[in-house]
Amino acid sequence: MALPTYTFDAIIIGAGGAGMRAALALAESGSQVALVSKVFPTRSHTVSAQGGITCALGNVHPDDWRWHMYDTVKGSDYIGDQDSIEYMCEVGPQVVYELEHMGLPFSRLDNGRIYQRPFGGQSKDFGGDQAARTCAAADRTGHALLHTLYQRNLAEKTNVFSEWFAIDLVKAADGQGFAGVIALNIESGETAFLHARAIIFATGGAGRIYQSTTNALINTGDGIGMALRAGLPVQDIEMWQFHPTGIAGAGVLVTEGCRGEGGYLINKNGERFMERYAPHAKDLASRDVVARAMSLELRAGNGFDINGVSCVKLKLDHLGADLINSRLPGIRELSLTFAGVDPIREPIPVVPTCHYMMGGIPTNRFGQVINVDEQGKEHVVEGLYAVGECACVSVHGANRLGGNSLLDLVVFGRAAGLDVKEKIRDLPLRSVGEAELDAALSRLNRWDNTREGESVSQIRFEMQKTMQEDFGVFRTGEHMQQGLDKLLQLQQRLNHAAFKDHSRVFNTTRIEALELDNLMATALATAHAALYRTESRGAHSREDFPKRDDINWLTHTVYHGEGHRMTKRAVNMKPLNVKPFEPKERVY
Amino acid sequence: MSEAMRTVKFKIYRFNPEVDIKPTMKDYELTIPDKQDMMLLEAILRIKAMDDSLAFRRSCREGVCGSDGMNINGRNGLACVTLLSALKQPIELRPLPGLPVIRDLVVDMKVFFEQYAKVKPYLINDEPPPAKERLQSPAERKKLDGLYECILCACCSTSCPSFWWNPEKFIGPAGLLQAYRFIADSRDTAKVERLEALTDPFSVFRCRGVMNCVDVCPKGLNPTRAIGHIRSELLAEGN
Repeated sequence: MALPTYTFDAIIIGAGGAGMRAALALAESGSQVALVSKVFPTRSHTVSAQGGITCALGNVHPDDWRWHMYDTVKGSDYIGDQDSIEYMCEVGPQVVYELEHMGLPFSRLDNGRIYQRPFGGQSKDFGGDQAARTCAAADRTGHALLHTLYQRNLAEKTNVFSEWFAIDLVKAADGQGFAGVIALNIESGETAFLHARAIIFATGGAGRIYQSTTNALINTGDGIGMALRAGLPVQDIEMWQFHPTGIAGAGVLVTEGCRGEGGYLINKNGERFMERYAPHAKDLASRDVVARAMSLELRAGNGFDINGVSCVKLKLDHLGADLINSRLPGIRELSLTFAGVDPIREPIPVVPTCHYMMGGIPTNRFGQVINVDEQGKEHVVEGLYAVGECACVSVHGANRLGGNSLLDLVVFGRAAGLDVKEKIRDLPLRSVGEAELDAALSRLNRWDNTREGESVSQIRFEMQKTMQEDFGVFRTGEHMQQGLDKLLQLQQRLNHAAFKDHSRVFNTTRIEALELDNLMATALATAHAALYRTESRGAHSREDFPKRDDINWLTHTVYHGEGHRMTKRAVNMKPLNVKPFEPKERVY
Repeated sequence: MSEAMRTVKFKIYRFNPEVDIKPTMKDYELTIPDKQDMMLLEAILRIKAMDDSLAFRRSCREGVCGSDGMNINGRNGLACVTLLSALKQPIELRPLPGLPVIRDLVVDMKVFFEQYAKVKPYLINDEPPPAKERLQSPAERKKLDGLYECILCACCSTSCPSFWWNPEKFIGPAGLLQAYRFIADSRDTAKVERLEALTDPFSVFRCRGVMNCVDVCPKGLNPTRAIGHIRSELLAEGN
C-alpha cells in the first residue's frame, strides 16, 4: 500500500504558542502551510500558563529592555546566549503589542495601558529595585494568548491537521537534511508522509518524565525524541526548572504572580523563611533559589504535613478578597478544587514541582536547528527549525525567569516563521526513497508488530519514579549513576514492551506507546547530561559539586544520542548592540 | 499493616466502530485506599492502565484545556475537576450527548467548532493599529470577564436541547458566548456586522432559555446571560 503523501511549503509540528505564532508569520506569505498537532490547538499546554509575559513596556514605571536583558542573563546563571537574549528583550514590546492588536484581553491599568505585575528575578537599572515587567491577563495569560493565536489562525484560514501525531523525521534521499515527517491521523489510525521544504518543531516540553509535574499529560518530549532519533543533538538538557509553587499532592501550578502581587511563603512556624535565603528579593528571588530554599526547609523538618506530604504554604489571605478575585481568580479556583483551600482565608500548601525544560534542540536566534558533528563543528540544518520549549535558542540558560517562556514562544515562533518566509523560495523540496520512509515508519511498525510484552504504563511509571528520586532539586553523582543504570535497564525493557489493543480508530494507547519512546529518550539525555556537568549552576544543583565552576563549565552541554556521547559548546557572549554582561556571583 | 481499601464501581460507554455494531455499557471496578479521594480523570487513567482499549481525550488535567468533557452520571462535566466522592455509584460515564461518537468517550466535535468559527471569533478592527497598545479602560475590559475564559469543552452546547435539534443552524451557547465576547470588546469595530449575521430565526433565537448551559459550565460562565445581551443589542439595533 502506497503511503499517502501531502505536500506543503512548510509544516509546523505543535500548535501551542510557538507553533501558532510561526503559522501566523507565514500566513501572509502565500505559502502552503500545515499546522500539525496531536491535540486540538487550544488544548496545548500554553493554555496553562498563568502569570504573564514579560517585556519592558514601561507601563508602571520607566523601563528599559536592557534591564530585562540583564535580569535574563543573570537568571540564566550566565549560560544563556546573549545574542538571543538581546533579540528577545529588544523585540519583546513590539511582539506583545502585536498580540494586543490581535485582541488578547490583557488586564488594564487605569490609564488604559496593559497591566504589568512584579515577577521573580526582575530589577530596574541592572540589579536595582524590584521591577513590574510582566504583562498579564488576570492569571490566565496563557489561555488568553493561546486562544487569541488560534482565533487569528482561524481568521487567516491556516490549514490545521488537528489530532495528528508526528512520528519521525524523514531524511532526504541524498542525505542532505530532511524531507518531511511521517504523521499518524489519530482518528483513523492511518499514517501519511507530510512532504515539505521547511519543518518547524514546536512540540513543547517533556515534564512528564517526572512523577510530580505541573505539565499537561501531553508534554512528552516528542520533538526531543524525533531530533535524537534523526541524529541531531540536544543542549543543556540537564537543566530542569522546579517551580516553587505546585499544589502539594496534585502538582497543579500556582503562579509566581501570587508572590508578585504580595503573597509569600511560610514554614510550619509561620516564618517567612525567604527573608533568610534572599534578603533583598525575598520571595521574588529566581525560581531555582526559591525551590532550593523550600527543599532545605522541608529537609530541616520545617514543613507542614498534609496527608503525609511535607510542604510549605503560600500565604495570600492578607491581600484581601478584592485583589484575589480580580488579579488571581484562576488561582482561587484551582486552590479550591485541588487543595480544598480558599486562599482568601487560608494559605495554599505547595511544594517545588517539575515545571520547565530549559534545554532542548540547539538553534540560532532565527530558530534554525544547529547540528554539531564529530569534530565539534557546527552546521545549520537548512530547512529545519525548532521554537518554544522544545528548542534551546538558549534564552533561559540554566534557569528561566517567570514570564519569559510566553515571550520566548511568540518572539521565536515569529522569528522562525519570518525566516522561513524569506527563504522558502530557495529551500528545495527534497526527494525521498522507500528506505527513508521505511526508516521513519520503523518505530510504529515495531509497536504494531509486538503482541506480547510488558505494558507501557508500567515502564512509564518506573521511569517517572526514577527521575523524581534521582534527578530532582538536589542531585549527587552517586544517586544519579544509580538512576541512570535503572533508566538504561528500562530502555531495554521498553524495546520489548507491548500494548494489547491493536485497533486503529482513535487508539490513544498506541499514541502513549509512541510518546513513551520520546519520554525515555529525554530522560536518558537528562541523566547523561546531569552526570556530565560536575558543578552547580542555576537549576542544576549538585551536592557533590556545590560551587559554580566558570573555568570548566561556563558552557553549554551537548548530548548526542548515538553512544550517549557528551560534548561542550561555547555560550554566545556577543550581543550585537550592547556590551556583554560578564559573569558575576549571583545573589538575590 | 495494610491500608483499608474500598471498591468504586463504574459503568462506561464502550464503542469501537472497527468491531462493535452497537455501543455497550461496560462494568469496571477500581480499588483505592478508603480515605483517598481523587479526581475522576485519575480514576479513568487507572482503569485505562487495566484495560488499554478504553479511549478518551485528556491534556492539562486541571480544567483549563477543555479536553475531557463527558457525561458523568447524566450531567456534562470535566473529569479532571470532578471529585469521585461527589459521585453516586455506579459512576456512569458516557460521551457528550448530541455529537457523533468516534469511539468510547471520544466525540466528533466538528460541528461544534464550525459553529464557533461562524461567529468570527477574532478581533476585527479596520483602523490601522497604533504604535503601542490600543487603550482600553479597566471598566471596558471588565465587560470581557465571564466571556473570554471559555475553554471550548462543549459541555454547554451538548447539554442544550436546541443544539441537539439544530446543531447545524443554532450556534449554541459556546459559540454565542464568544460572539458576545467580541461584540462587547471596546476595541472591535464590527459590532453592526456581527449583529446582522445573527438576525435569522436560528442562530440566536433558537435559544429557549433552558439554561442547562449555565448549570453545567465547569468554568462558572453564563452563556444565557450573554445570549440575553445579544438579544437586547439586536433589539436596540432595530432588528
